[in-house]
Amino acid sequence: MAVLLLAEVNNGELAMDATAKAVTAAKALGDVTVLAAGASAAAAGEAAAKIDGVSKVLVAEDATLGHRLAESTAALIVSLAGDYEHIVAPATTDAKNVMPRVAALLDVMVISDASGVVDADTFERPIYAGNAVQTVKSSDAKKVVTFRTSTFDAAGEGGSAPVETVSAAADPGLSEWVEDKVAESDRPELTSAGVVVSGGRGVGSEDDFALIEKLADKLGAAVGASRAAVDSGYAPNDWQVGQTGKVVAPDLYIAVGISGAIQHLAGMKDSKIIVAINKDEEAPIFQVADFGLVADLFDAVPALTEKL
Amino acid sequence: MKVLVPVKRVIDYNVKVRVKADGSGVDLANVKMSMNPFDEIAVEEAIRLKEAGKADEVVVVSIGVKQSQETLRTALAMGADRAILVVAADDVHNDIEPLAVAKILAKVVEEEQPDLVLAGKQAIDNDMNATGQMLSALLGWSQGTFASELDIDGDKAVVTREVDGGLQTIKVAMPSIVTVDLRLNEPRYASLPNIMKAKKKPLDEKTAADYGVDVTPRLEIVSTAEPAARAAGIIVGSVDELVEKLKEAGAV
Ligand SMILES: Cc1cc2nc3c(=O)[nH]c(=O)nc-3n(C[C@H](O)[C@H](O)[C@H](O)COP(=O)(O)OP(=O)(O)OC[C@H]3O[C@@H](n4cnc5c(N)ncnc54)[C@H](O)[C@@H]3O)c2cc1C
Ligand SMILES: Cc1cc2nc3c(=O)[nH]c(=O)nc-3n(C[C@H](O)[C@H](O)[C@H](O)COP(=O)(O)OP(=O)(O)OC[C@H]3O[C@@H](n4cnc5c(N)ncnc54)[C@H](O)[C@@H]3O)c2cc1C
Repeated sequence: MAVLLLAEVNNGELAMDATAKAVTAAKALGDVTVLAAGASAAAAGEAAAKIDGVSKVLVAEDATLGHRLAESTAALIVSLAGDYEHIVAPATTDAKNVMPRVAALLDVMVISDASGVVDADTFERPIYAGNAVQTVKSSDAKKVVTFRTSTFDAAGEGGSAPVETVSAAADPGLSEWVEDKVAESDRPELTSAGVVVSGGRGVGSEDDFALIEKLADKLGAAVGASRAAVDSGYAPNDWQVGQTGKVVAPDLYIAVGISGAIQHLAGMKDSKIIVAINKDEEAPIFQVADFGLVADLFDAVPALTEKL
Repeated sequence: MKVLVPVKRVIDYNVKVRVKADGSGVDLANVKMSMNPFDEIAVEEAIRLKEAGKADEVVVVSIGVKQSQETLRTALAMGADRAILVVAADDVHNDIEPLAVAKILAKVVEEEQPDLVLAGKQAIDNDMNATGQMLSALLGWSQGTFASELDIDGDKAVVTREVDGGLQTIKVAMPSIVTVDLRLNEPRYASLPNIMKAKKKPLDEKTAADYGVDVTPRLEIVSTAEPAARAAGIIVGSVDELVEKLKEAGAV
């Protein structure tokens, strides 16, 4: 059984954490070939060759593959698909853009956000914002799957798989890239951080969000936010945690001024330890918290930052 | 320009979901159903394009059980001009997979010849996040997914997308499929007079068979289970106690 795994490549660099977690999930299915595609992807391919469990790396470099445009990337994957029973990727926004397109071109259903592998045809996936877990068995000849990275441990490094180059498929030329707005940050990446501190509407303003950031920096943590905080302009969109944002499962998640709506819980309830700070003792967030503190965040957060 | 908006009837986002005791699925009998929140945003955006003089007709389509009529009426009350219901299931528990939905939509597109399809980025029941991309693949059209800004500029659309790293802006050739994210707009509520007017707007009824599309699922649902529950936690009395507990647990 052969598996083709689309590596997460950002501006020529391998996103090691997301890719290595998907490799762990994919290893259970068969021999893993990693595809590194992009305008520049050779360095990403070299990095992927070191992930334990990878048996081969394919590098596709072409200007049309830059910025992970869905049409050209999907065309490339379909051109390679013949050799593989499984075509998989970490469930990043890039892969969620590309993989359903690949599946439809192959006339198969996509299995999005799988959180478990039962066997080569059968996968577990959360539905209804994580309120239920469904086990689904595919009858398609090829399986196109994205894996929820927060539920798999990253494969180690130490391998040395052979690297080959492949050429891009004909680009349908339907889309062009205009610009990226990426916030530069020295903080750890949200989906791979060991500690996440998130703020909600209760924080009250963009300026006061600095309280959350200070606590995060003290802990070497990533910063997250509820949708309400993002909608209100306190935090950028890529900090949103939840059903429609990022799914995180750090060792420690600190939710500050967040009520605990089901859509938010969907993105963080698998964290190892959850701390909630909220002035309303009835807030639903306390139902999932290991340690709850009923307090005004404007007193509690500075005090906590100082005492840690 | 004609805009086609697929809308899905789903469990209301405020309803607490219950897994059926026999593990066969989620209980949808007698629960409140609404339009998928992302689809409300897509309908709103289409109506705004019409109000801005950029679109001249907004057609909404739903695929599923007969009751999806209500969802279509809601879209008509918001301001859509016309609706198409494609009956493809007779039990509310029978959801149609994105691949089959996309195949039916592709036929509807063939018939209606829209310049733009505006879909939700995902449906909050199955969280598949697939239909728009699949439709785009079947039509060989461009796709702009997870849009938080949309600007139609002649035969191109400029789409700002919410992605893991922040925001990406792309320019896609029309006709195109754009799937919408939460921050694109805030959908309006339908007023009572508009709800009354919507009852007279045209609503065509078709079946999946009319389009010759096989909706047999490719994925068999083996079982549906409750997620693992978290052990109950404790309420601490002070910041000091919190710090102490975190240290004991080895978390800091
Ligand atoms: C389709 C859909 C998708 C969604 N996806 C997401 C998602 O991905 N992520 C997400 O987060 N949400 C999502 N939501 C929104 C979600 O339903 C909630 O509206 C949102 O999570 C609420 O954010 P919040 O907890 O910050 O705000 P609120 O619910 O307003 O809670 C604010 C909390 O702050 C507390 N507070 C106020 N002041 C203080 C103070 N001084 N000190 C301490 N506590 C204080 C209050 O007691 C309250 O509990 C989605 C909704 C829909 C419909
Ligand atoms: C008998 C049966 C068994 C099934 N078994 C499984 C199973 O085992 N596992 C599984 O995951 N799924 C199964 N399905 C299908 C599944 O329940 C959903 O149909 C699929 O996952 C839906 O994805 P989604 O609605 O989240 O679509 P998404 O791709 O997330 O929806 C995105 C957008 O597409 C549009 N859209 C989607 N559906 C419709 C619609 N019906 N009408 C109009 N517009 C629409 C909307 O604009 C929506 O916002 C089964 C279906 C049937 C009938």
